[in-house]
Amino acid sequence: MAIKNMFTKQKPKKIKYATIPSEAAKQDVPEGIMQKCPKCKKIMYTRELQKNLHVCFGCGYHYPMRAHERIKSLLDEGSFRELDAGLSTANPLQFPDYEEKIAADRKKTGLNEAIVTGVGSIDGYPSAFAFMDSSFRMGSMGSVVGEKITRAVEEAIRLRIPFIIFTASGGARMQEGVLSLMQMAKTGAAFKRLSDRGGLIVSVMTHPTTGGVSASFASLGDFNFAEPGALIGFAGRRIIEQTIREKLPEDFQTAEFLLKCGQLDAVLHRSEMKEKLSFLLDIHQTGGGER
Amino acid sequence: MTGLEFEKPVRDLQEKIAELKKFTSTSEVDLSDEIEKLELRLKKLEDDIYNSMTPWDRVQMARHPNRPTTLDYISYLFEGFFELHGDRTYGDDAAIVAGIAKYHGQPVTVIGHQRGRDTKENIQRTFGMPHPEGYRKALRLMKQAEKFNRPIICLIDTKGAYPGKAAEERGQSEAIARNIFEMAGLTVPVICVVIGEGGSGGALALGVGDRLFMLENSTYSVISPEGAAALLWKDAGLAKRAAETMKITAPDLRALGIVDEIIPEVRGGAHRDAKRQAELMDEVLKPAIKQLLTMEQTSLVDQRYEKYKRIGGYAEQTTGLKD
Repeated sequence: MAIKNMFTKQKPKKIKYATIPSEAAKQDVPEGIMQKCPKCKKIMYTRELQKNLHVCFGCGYHYPMRAHERIKSLLDEGSFRELDAGLSTANPLQFPDYEEKIAADRKKTGLNEAIVTGVGSIDGYPSAFAFMDSSFRMGSMGSVVGEKITRAVEEAIRLRIPFIIFTASGGARMQEGVLSLMQMAKTGAAFKRLSDRGGLIVSVMTHPTTGGVSASFASLGDFNFAEPGALIGFAGRRIIEQTIREKLPEDFQTAEFLLKCGQLDAVLHRSEMKEKLSFLLDIHQTGGGER
Repeated sequence: MTGLEFEKPVRDLQEKIAELKKFTSTSEVDLSDEIEKLELRLKKLEDDIYNSMTPWDRVQMARHPNRPTTLDYISYLFEGFFELHGDRTYGDDAAIVAGIAKYHGQPVTVIGHQRGRDTKENIQRTFGMPHPEGYRKALRLMKQAEKFNRPIICLIDTKGAYPGKAAEERGQSEAIARNIFEMAGLTVPVICVVIGEGGSGGALALGVGDRLFMLENSTYSVISPEGAAALLWKDAGLAKRAAETMKITAPDLRALGIVDEIIPEVRGGAHRDAKRQAELMDEVLKPAIKQLLTMEQTSLVDQRYEKYKRIGGYAEQTTGLKD
């Protein structure tokens, strides 16, 4: 305290009551109506954001997209016929607490599992599809995800149509142990079967595509694409940093980083996704899937 | 000899017998009756301990520093192994060894993960954890085997693919995925044997084949028990529990229908007698190759597809439980 201030009368401090912001207020915006971009903090109307395919107006951040929203944004209206919606896990290893977790996510997401598969069309071009949904168990791959992909690929073979997959997954599902690991082999073998029959395979990796999913079907397209900013990689950042004892660059394992490393055909903005897929389907009408 | 914790009672008794033997030879007292009794007890104790190994005991055995490696088995099982190097694109990964050899007169291609047998070699071989160029070398030689109609034998022994910056930059995911994809379509017989640790995608990249065998005390898992414990229960100390829950031992995987046959181990573990262990492997490998060589190329690939198609446990609403 400065000396001159010692002689001035001290004003009694105004008592301030601490207000603890509620969880909702912390987000700065009323829940539901508006949303704040986690990257550039821009506040936007949820409805406008939806119309913009969940891409931030400010910085172009791609929000995770639910499976049914992707279907709506890409496929011809009313063309989608879902396959194997009734498949659900049977807790094959009798893993403790697993069924409860699945039940909770079912309720939360309205999905049976972390993937929706089916047959539909884009601009009239038919294709089989698989859309992973990261809101269900982080999109992790267990027996059901593996089986649904395999059956959808078999449907593509049967109908002689291409197969397009959107991946969003943290990797193999721990609670199904080695059975999850074997789904990498199962889906990989199905992709090989379709490929050997001349079928077109397109993989679009969205945030995140890591571990056993990136090390199997996600990397096995004739065309491998990614959405901007998506995290894609095999090993986790922390384990790599511990192993090599150095800090990794900020953009490590992003879609842009992988493009630079030669691991992707292109990074596609969500606004151009439909157009580019439509072009690929058009180009492969002769040869490829229609052979 | 390096012993494991669960083997301590055996070691203690062995030491006691040795002591008594020494005492008998140097003093007037004859303890041979006593020694005989103890040796009988030792046999029973060994039976008890090695016949009731827990999953965690097996994890320790699979990681034993003296456990025979791919090159050890190659020297006992094959004639004239000729090692071949490089992926023709980037480099030669010493974490995977590969080459051509003869197996009972039959030309084969042999590929396996290779751990180091000491620290220096472990550094050179990155502890048997491959980079993409390792998997690409393996694939190159598998395609070569296919061209010349040679069966392929893969020996699996890795903690996993190497988690490094360079590995990611060069496409670790793609390399593993590509191997899985291509192995599914190989028109020659492929036999895979887990000889130590089968760690995740890094193991599977050499693991898609017509037959999967596991040594009795080897493990095969989607993640290490330590990793699983850290991820699931936020406590790497619960690895022991994870080893049990995750079903990673040969008997567990046999029960799940993933492993075709368990290759029994020398009592006390493969490291006790690598040569004898190779003989035990031979007894399973030889008839398997013979049988697969009689199959048509297309039915081989179809059968391999069906084998993987069956794996998984799920329920189907309309038809009930399917296995």
